[in-house]
Amino acid sequence: MVMTSPATAPTPQRPEAGPVMLDIRNVRQTYSKGQANDLLVLDGINFQLREGEIVGLLGRSGSGKSTLLRIIAGLARPRGGDVTWQGQPIDGPPKGVAMVFQSFALFPWLTVLENVEIGLEPLGVPPAERRQRSLQAIDLIGLDGFENAYPKELSGGMRQRVGFARGLVVHPQLLLMDEPFSALDVLTAETLRTDLVDLWMEGKLPLRSILLVTHNIEEAVLMCDRVVIFASNPGRIAAEVKIDLPYPRNRTEPAFRQLVDDIYGRMTNPMDPKLRAEQMHGGADHPGGGIGMTLPQVSTNLLAGLMEALMQPPFDGKADLPDIADELTMEVDELFPLAESLQLLGFADVAHGDIRLTEDGRRFVDYDVDSRKKLFRDHLMARVPMAAMIRRVLDERSTHRAPYRRFSEELEDFMSEEFAEETLYALIDWGRYAELFAFDEQSQSFSLEDPA
Amino acid sequence: MPAHHPSLTAIRPWRYIPSVWDALIFALVLGLIALIAFGGHETTQPLAAVEHARISLDPSALPYYALRTTLRMLAGIICSFIFTLCYGALAQKSRRAEMVLIPILDILQSLPVLTFLTFTLAFFLKLFPGSVLGAELCSVFTIFTSQAWNMTFSFYQSLKTVPKDLSDVSDSLRLGGWRRFWTLEVPFAAPGLIWNAMMSMSGAWFFVVASEAFSVGSTTITLPGIGAYVATAIDHKDLGAIGWAVATMLAVILVYDQLLFRPLVAWSQKFRVELSSGSGPEASSWLLDFFQRARLAQRMFAPVGRLSRWFITLRLGREFTPPPAVRKAWDSRNVDYLWFAAITVASLWVAWQGVAYMHLTLGLGDVIYAVEMGALTLIRVLVLILLASLIWVPLGVWIGLRPKLAEAVQPAAQFLAAFPSNLLFPVVVALIVANHASPDIWLSPLMILGTQWYILFNVIAGASAFPNDLLEAAGSFGVRGWSWWRKVALPGIFPYYVTGAITASGGSWNASIAAEVASWGEQRLEAHGLGAYIADATLKGDFPRIVLGAVVMSIFVVLFNRLLWRPLFDFAARRLALN
Repeated sequence: MVMTSPATAPTPQRPEAGPVMLDIRNVRQTYSKGQANDLLVLDGINFQLREGEIVGLLGRSGSGKSTLLRIIAGLARPRGGDVTWQGQPIDGPPKGVAMVFQSFALFPWLTVLENVEIGLEPLGVPPAERRQRSLQAIDLIGLDGFENAYPKELSGGMRQRVGFARGLVVHPQLLLMDEPFSALDVLTAETLRTDLVDLWMEGKLPLRSILLVTHNIEEAVLMCDRVVIFASNPGRIAAEVKIDLPYPRNRTEPAFRQLVDDIYGRMTNPMDPKLRAEQMHGGADHPGGGIGMTLPQVSTNLLAGLMEALMQPPFDGKADLPDIADELTMEVDELFPLAESLQLLGFADVAHGDIRLTEDGRRFVDYDVDSRKKLFRDHLMARVPMAAMIRRVLDERSTHRAPYRRFSEELEDFMSEEFAEETLYALIDWGRYAELFAFDEQSQSFSLEDPA
Repeated sequence: MPAHHPSLTAIRPWRYIPSVWDALIFALVLGLIALIAFGGHETTQPLAAVEHARISLDPSALPYYALRTTLRMLAGIICSFIFTLCYGALAQKSRRAEMVLIPILDILQSLPVLTFLTFTLAFFLKLFPGSVLGAELCSVFTIFTSQAWNMTFSFYQSLKTVPKDLSDVSDSLRLGGWRRFWTLEVPFAAPGLIWNAMMSMSGAWFFVVASEAFSVGSTTITLPGIGAYVATAIDHKDLGAIGWAVATMLAVILVYDQLLFRPLVAWSQKFRVELSSGSGPEASSWLLDFFQRARLAQRMFAPVGRLSRWFITLRLGREFTPPPAVRKAWDSRNVDYLWFAAITVASLWVAWQGVAYMHLTLGLGDVIYAVEMGALTLIRVLVLILLASLIWVPLGVWIGLRPKLAEAVQPAAQFLAAFPSNLLFPVVVALIVANHASPDIWLSPLMILGTQWYILFNVIAGASAFPNDLLEAAGSFGVRGWSWWRKVALPGIFPYYVTGAITASGGSWNASIAAEVASWGEQRLEAHGLGAYIADATLKGDFPRIVLGAVVMSIFVVLFNRLLWRPLFDFAARRLALN
């Protein structure tokens, strides 16, 4: 259990969870695309961060968790609500908050040392002290000997260490991390995570608190005291899970697995009204269905691949999402859109952290190419109203052609221009595979022409 | 090397058809230029007696002349860099400034360079009466106008594409505007900017040569330099002297390239962001290697490094942030409308003044005549680009696919592009005179003499960069002959070709003023075209006609770019980019 009251006996080495540092109330954020089509990306976010915590913001891409992090970092301003840091409203990057970036964000023309030092200059730290503190940070994070290297010469893991050193050298109270390990390979990411947790546990980091954005459930369980689960469309906080496993945590422990399972379950709970909107169901009678449903861009190869993997032993048509994610080394933001697309198309059911192939899903795996296409076409027509509509319009017109704008405008009644484009391009990909219609990129038009 | 054309990538791609806004900006720029020209013209009379440098045709004087030319060049490029940084930064930081500055840049780059010289001559001469300094400044200004626009486009384009994460981290570290500019924006833009400066420099040699011996009406300037030397040699029909001048020019360009630009380009590699690395060959420079290895040199440059660090970390007072109410009012739509209105009124007024002035001496017939001349020059440019493409595309592909050969030919092609072709004009003119050939046809090739190399070296670059696996795939499936050209080679090099052809066509329009009229001793050859029209008017000091000619040429160039090159360029970027 995370300690919310200072009266609770603290674990000896660890900084304890203390007073509130960051207070977020009723934050909402929109992206304006056109006049009427403001896209709501964050809605009604309430959240507090206390001293001594590592908190993870977990959610799929598009759930607004990175947007929230940018708001806290002072890189973006919320459209509504209050964000206060140490009692002061945030207006621009606040003092005492440093950020680590997914892409490392190192200046390629500066050496490791210069990259680390750069954050101290604006604070007015004199040159000698700058040098000394930077060397200390470099030392702490395990970059000794690389001081004069340029980022180009370093491996991804070493580059992210520079990113950490640059964040730590300013002795921030809060370190923000935006998917800091997701651009690294599995092994490197794991080493960096454990190093960081070890340093944190030993109290060697000049930090009071860490806020981490991730879409990797295991990473969140491994590192955090508390995980905040985000739902999308619009981004909201769906649930909060406290993780009171002692550090260092072991992935294979039953309690660990149980928590991971539990979070998968929460993220796919069909009964949770907050998660409702993002779960896609076929047919117009479901909320989020109808013409205005948004579709993720998911390749038909991946859909077929997932179905085939599910049919193979040990799964035989039914799998725990964490297990299949492990098997395919996929993270939430890759796996969930796939699973949900299968659900939408009626090839699988997803609930409570499980995925199960339907009859047609099993049949799809057994079929040859042409029969697969036919089955896919039938499901697409029956369960995705926009696909059926495009086909109907093309059938009705004597030229059997229709411009892209005809359908994108239809979609823009329901969603932003950006989402409409993504949805329509996802549909084009599926429609091409199903041979439901053809699309010519050059003239931006749909047709029934078969190039064969 | 970047296979893009900064002025085309900088402007929103879907705007092929010029808008009302374009027309307004057009009116503003040209009106202002007309007013400057007329204003200066009225006060030129007492300035006619400018100090004349006497040019000696003795080859031993050439090193001195070469030095003078080189120094002018250096001054020009420094001015261009300063202008680029200021103008680009302003256009990027302020939305409203951007709306005006970028179209202005587009118009400025479409104006023939030599007319800038004409328009500003009086101004500069008046600035320093009786001194040669005015003429020198005028020449430097011409160099500036031949490179600054392109460099600014490149810089602005880079500023627009600064990677988001680096921009975020600069904000997050609270670097502030000044430090952000020097630690993020300028370094990020450096490789493209330096490459562009080198390319613009190639074009600039042409104009520095042209500006050293120049007459507008009764005002003549002669500045000691290679250009003036050649002009004198033409007057004396001295082919031998021209040979010496050509040799000297070759040496000067070689030295400039080796001592200034190669090291700069090689050094700028370090500013490449990972994403763009791997595009183009690694540049290297023996001089840079020498400096980087030599301890003494390092020590010599250490103070420079310290000075620049001091400069970068200057604290320009506190960052000024206006109160939210002011900020909100300033960002509001109403201020936008005011801004639009102000620009519109200024444009219309200036354009009205310019037209009224020109209408005193010119009628509709003159306009029609100028447009006809423009059409003739347009035909020349089109035919020449077509001919040059037919020759250089197959050759370029052939060379580019042979790495050893390409390595040898590429620098030569770049070198030829830098060589001011106007030094060679007299040779061709002497031939035409001797053979009594038709100037309308045989003067035309001069327009593309210097700029055709851009097509060649871009095609070579494209063919060299063509992925080997695609070539092998084509080979293993037995694709050959015409089908190989049509499906493999031509689509592969097309984006590069377009970049080269755009530069070549822009250069040809500019060169037409120097190429459609040529003389050899007292012999004067003249082709029919807009270039000759402007050159004639310049010689007579007929300002209304010079302005009219420049306006018509600018319109032709803008339309030509918008309606032909930009669609091709977009097509290449969208469909044929190999990544």
